[in-house]
Amino acid sequence: MTTSVSAIVIIVLALTALGYILGRQRALAVSDREKTKLHSLPGYYGQTVALYVAVPAFLLLGVWLFVQPIAIESQISSDIPQSIVDQSGAKSLVMADVRRIANGLDLLVGSGGFTETDLANMRADFSNVRSRLASVGVALGSDVQPAVFEAAKSYRNIGKAGSLIRNIAVLVTALALGAWSWFRITPRMRARNTSETFIKSLLMGSSLIAILTTLGIIGSLLFESIHFFRIYPARDFFFSATWNPQFRGGSDLGILPLLWGTLYVSFVALALAVPLGLMIAIYLAEYAGSSLRSFAKPAIEMLAGIPTIVYGLFALITVGPFIRDWIAQPTGLGSSSSSVMTAGLVMGIMLIPFISSLSDDIINAVPQSMRDGSYGLGATQSETIRKVIMPAALPGIVGAFLLAASRAIGETMIVVMGAGASARLSVNPFEAMTTVTVKIVSQLTGDTEFASPETLVAFALGLTLFVFTLGLNIIALYIVRKYREQYE
Amino acid sequence: MKVEADQVFANNQAAAAVGATGAVIKMKGDKVGVFYGSKQALFDVDLDIYERQVTALIGPSGCGKSTFLRCLNRMNDTIDICRVTGKITLDSEDIYDPAIDVVELRARVGMVFQKPNPFPKSIYENVAYGPRIHGLVKSKADLDNLVEQSLRGAGLWEEAKDRLQEPGTGLSGGQQQRLCIARAIAVAPEVILMDEPCSALDPIATAKVEELIDELRENYTIVIVTHSMQQAARVSQRTAMFHLGELVEVDDTKTIFTNPSEKRTQDYITGRFG
Repeated sequence: MTTSVSAIVIIVLALTALGYILGRQRALAVSDREKTKLHSLPGYYGQTVALYVAVPAFLLLGVWLFVQPIAIESQISSDIPQSIVDQSGAKSLVMADVRRIANGLDLLVGSGGFTETDLANMRADFSNVRSRLASVGVALGSDVQPAVFEAAKSYRNIGKAGSLIRNIAVLVTALALGAWSWFRITPRMRARNTSETFIKSLLMGSSLIAILTTLGIIGSLLFESIHFFRIYPARDFFFSATWNPQFRGGSDLGILPLLWGTLYVSFVALALAVPLGLMIAIYLAEYAGSSLRSFAKPAIEMLAGIPTIVYGLFALITVGPFIRDWIAQPTGLGSSSSSVMTAGLVMGIMLIPFISSLSDDIINAVPQSMRDGSYGLGATQSETIRKVIMPAALPGIVGAFLLAASRAIGETMIVVMGAGASARLSVNPFEAMTTVTVKIVSQLTGDTEFASPETLVAFALGLTLFVFTLGLNIIALYIVRKYREQYE
Repeated sequence: MKVEADQVFANNQAAAAVGATGAVIKMKGDKVGVFYGSKQALFDVDLDIYERQVTALIGPSGCGKSTFLRCLNRMNDTIDICRVTGKITLDSEDIYDPAIDVVELRARVGMVFQKPNPFPKSIYENVAYGPRIHGLVKSKADLDNLVEQSLRGAGLWEEAKDRLQEPGTGLSGGQQQRLCIARAIAVAPEVILMDEPCSALDPIATAKVEELIDELRENYTIVIVTHSMQQAARVSQRTAMFHLGELVEVDDTKTIFTNPSEKRTQDYITGRFG
């Protein structure tokens, strides 16, 4: 089935190229014959034909590929007798078998020595389907029921017929619309504008994909979270101070220790990154010469390019033991190399470029006339920065801060390796704690179906985190927007 | 234009007479040259600025008049590649002497810019900025008083007294420029430099600012760069004509506009070039 899809895609692309050439030629020929000037450049006419060939055909193909499996699935599953469904527990399991057998039959036919007619005559109750399929690498859990086998056969047949109709429909669409637009070409046709409309819809479509994806993610988070709150009380989730998941059931799933860990680690990180980042930004924007700046800025931004797992290694191997041996143990505050301090400091280093780079841009955006005004009154450079530039840039810097904060809240790798994985409510920064993101990972690793509160809690955690960072981003956006109005 | 100019000259007559007899030289430029990198923008300019007079710098765009103005309070220092040669004195002190504190110099020689550039703070804070950083006042009451005096001095008090806590950027263009003048006089400078202060303003706001400049002359020495011949004629007592980085001539405004000694000046003020 995949081969026929890629074949049809290649054919349509070839038709598109052909349409371009023919359209262009026709535009030139028509204008030559009628002795009139073309409205647009000849290439635009070719482009118009090409667009009429490609766009509707690909749209149709896309929709078909999406709809056909759903349609077939619903038809086949209604044909499966209830007794078989009862036997295997769920309809979805039966359907999974049907799909695998159908897939196996495809392979069987493809491997040769077995024709479509043989297949049509094959019956599950007479021949051993399971061993046959095993020979082409498709393993089945149990012997195949005749009804399931028949369902698989018709699944295949409907699928094949559907694919054939689809290919014909796509080709006809491409050819018909291509030909229609080709015949329509006249010198006065506004081919340029067609191309403009296409570009516009292309750009619009791209942004739509991003928006729809976001909505989809929110939707799935919400859906699973609601599911979770049906089987686990929301009160306990939000207000319990114990996090103790048991896969046997009867777990305590309080978000408070995780939220506390998240905020604590983020706080330590920001307490390091914000002052350092800001001072770097001020130095780069106001004091550094252009040659130093052109070297230092990318060098600092390189920190942002280091994968967080590398920071995690740094936390685990260098910073953690150092803090334990030189600070925590001598002062008797802790004995673990995983601590909030470790993760926070390393994360802070990771965040420095976020703060410094954004703030640097924002400080640079403060008009030179503000500086001139201040210098003209006899202010020194640092007075000017403190009293004029920072207040003017403050909203933008707050935006940078919030962006870094959402990044800190969402960070996982550094926390796992730096702060450990034990959920704990404590004010001692030298103790191991953990964050929401780490727990999402640990709740979802392992082989469990998504039905118990222990796994579904991951979605509720994710949703909480999402609401948190979304809130921060909205505040950041609001502040940045307000800032933009300031000088215009 | 002729009639109008004559009137103005009549008004300025008294001041000009004083200037000729007993005017004190406040600032003195001696063979001032300015380089931007390797390109020379100003050549050997000798120009005296008299105390309590308005000196207008005129000339076509790119002639170096703004460059010269910015030398007078060392604003050119903020441009990395800029280099100044020659000597400029303020009350006989060389302002480019390494011993001079540039911050103090700029407090003595204030500046108003081409485009109004109030800080994005309240009107009150804009004016209070200079006195605060220089520690000119002891108490809140003194500061309030100084802000009021400065705003009155800039002719903005009546319009602004009920909205002192509103942002300065919310004023109209002309009001903003007067706010910048108030901000400059709040630090009690001796000289005020104005770089085309009216080029971004409409004629009514321009008239107000010009009126203000005429009043400020009583207490301050003013140097103004302008592209408007009428403005130079209306507000200044002395006029210096620049062309291609050179000082063409400098004289009483009346002489420059009625009987210039250089043909280039005559051509420029009658609109034949520039």
